[in-house]
Amino acid sequence: MHSVPGDRLFGLALWGAALSVAAVFAWLFVDLARLGLGALSWDFITTAPENAGRDGGIASILVSTLLILGVAVGVAAPVGLGAAVWLNTYTRAGGGTGRRIRLALDGLAGMPSIVFGLFGNAFFSVYLGLGFSILSGGLTLAAMILPVFIRTVEAGLGAVDDGWRRGAAALGLTQSAALAHVILPAAAPAIGAGLMLGIGRAAAETAALIFTSGYVDRMPESLSDSGRALAVHIYDLSMNVAGGDTHAAASALVLVALVACANLLAVALSRRLLTRRLAL
Amino acid sequence: MNPHTLGCIEAGTPCCVPVPHLSIENLAVSYGDTPVLSDVSLDIYKGCITALIGPSGCGKTSFLNALNRLTDLIPGARVEGRLRLVDGANSLDLLDPGLDVRALRRRVGMIFQRPNPFPLSIRRNLELPLREHGMRRADALAHKIETALSDVGLWEEVRDRLDAPALALSGGQQQRLCIARALVLEPEILLMDEPCSALDPIASGVVEEMIQSLSGRYTVVIVTHNLAQARRIGNYAAFFWMRERIGQLVEFGRCRQIFDAPVHPATAAYIGGMRG
Repeated sequence: MHSVPGDRLFGLALWGAALSVAAVFAWLFVDLARLGLGALSWDFITTAPENAGRDGGIASILVSTLLILGVAVGVAAPVGLGAAVWLNTYTRAGGGTGRRIRLALDGLAGMPSIVFGLFGNAFFSVYLGLGFSILSGGLTLAAMILPVFIRTVEAGLGAVDDGWRRGAAALGLTQSAALAHVILPAAAPAIGAGLMLGIGRAAAETAALIFTSGYVDRMPESLSDSGRALAVHIYDLSMNVAGGDTHAAASALVLVALVACANLLAVALSRRLLTRRLAL
Repeated sequence: MNPHTLGCIEAGTPCCVPVPHLSIENLAVSYGDTPVLSDVSLDIYKGCITALIGPSGCGKTSFLNALNRLTDLIPGARVEGRLRLVDGANSLDLLDPGLDVRALRRRVGMIFQRPNPFPLSIRRNLELPLREHGMRRADALAHKIETALSDVGLWEEVRDRLDAPALALSGGQQQRLCIARALVLEPEILLMDEPCSALDPIASGVVEEMIQSLSGRYTVVIVTHNLAQARRIGNYAAFFWMRERIGQLVEFGRCRQIFDAPVHPATAAYIGGMRG
């Protein structure tokens, strides 16, 4: 087969597009590494920030980040699981209620995070009186990751073999027993993947947290303390702190590693789901 | 003379009179506004194998699903008529909306066309229904599991790997495991929806023999498109056919009568097609 000039041009254009995407990422990463790799060390991770973050490390920031993520996942996982099971079990295929709710979820999934930040500030911080706290931030992130999580889990539940449901019913199992022992375990990879996608998105979040969990870079003592998330720390160092660039880059490297781990785990889980479905 | 004697021998006096186990009068099933089955009346006899035959789409599966109220799972499905589970002098109205369907399904088990063992271990597949119906004692569980697996001829094949995933079994083994899973609850009636059609001929033969061995202890209602199989294992046969796109029961009788001397021309033509 010989190639026509038009085809070759088309191939080149595709290569160009792919390479430019890779180049942007490489440039970004090399830039971060050049600036921040020197500052990265075990001490950086385990000591508290000093001098507005120019010196010291990010220990308290990491703790705050993990606490915020913990609250977000701890709230989003059970609520999202319940919502997904409800959508899967009680809404008829093609029914109006289910369609409207799914549409709303898809809309919310594409909502800019700053909107969630404003909502979280108005609702959790002010209306519920939680103030600038890890709790407010975590709850706001929970609201933010719920739509994607619910839709992922629902898709996973939908992929579960209907024969198992009917088999469980024919054995006189209750719906909750079938769910707990058969359906949810079968959908576990999808649940894990949805959770990891959510964690990846939440860990990288800045806008939704500035107005809810705040800026304070001290080690948090409880969930009602304000806590500064890693992404907020990076934003603050690079925008408001002169001479904070090195530590901003180092923090960014830590964050990239965190998000990459979450995403790799998500990919691995969904791949397992796929191979398992093929094996059946 | 009682018209419902058992077996394929015609001469001689029967030892017992067959007793109805399920009594069905004017049963009709519809999905939404579409009727799929109407005016079905027959008795399913205790301890016998009743084969349901007929072309695809004539309502055999809907009929089967109505018998253990699995139609409840289908949105818009409606079952009308009279359907009773006869137990001595007592009879249970199966279409009663307040009926405890879990208890009913424990008494009336079901085997599906495609083997559907749960994605759990072999042992857990059998343990789960027992536990959910309130059995907790480990030795009793183990005993029941062994009995059920032996009854389907699977015990020798899997006794050393009870904790292996059930989905690693072959298709025929999976189907026998599903039958064991139904048997472990000690039901009275087993409904089978083409249990052999997804299996290769050898596995199908093994499962068929296994089903045959259930007669005398369980009441079996089996849907099959394999007429030779229906003839081999059935004590009774019910022929379903479509009139104006609605499934109906055309002829019901002893297997030998249905196959050798069908009364209705549609039955004769359908059976004849098998031979031709």
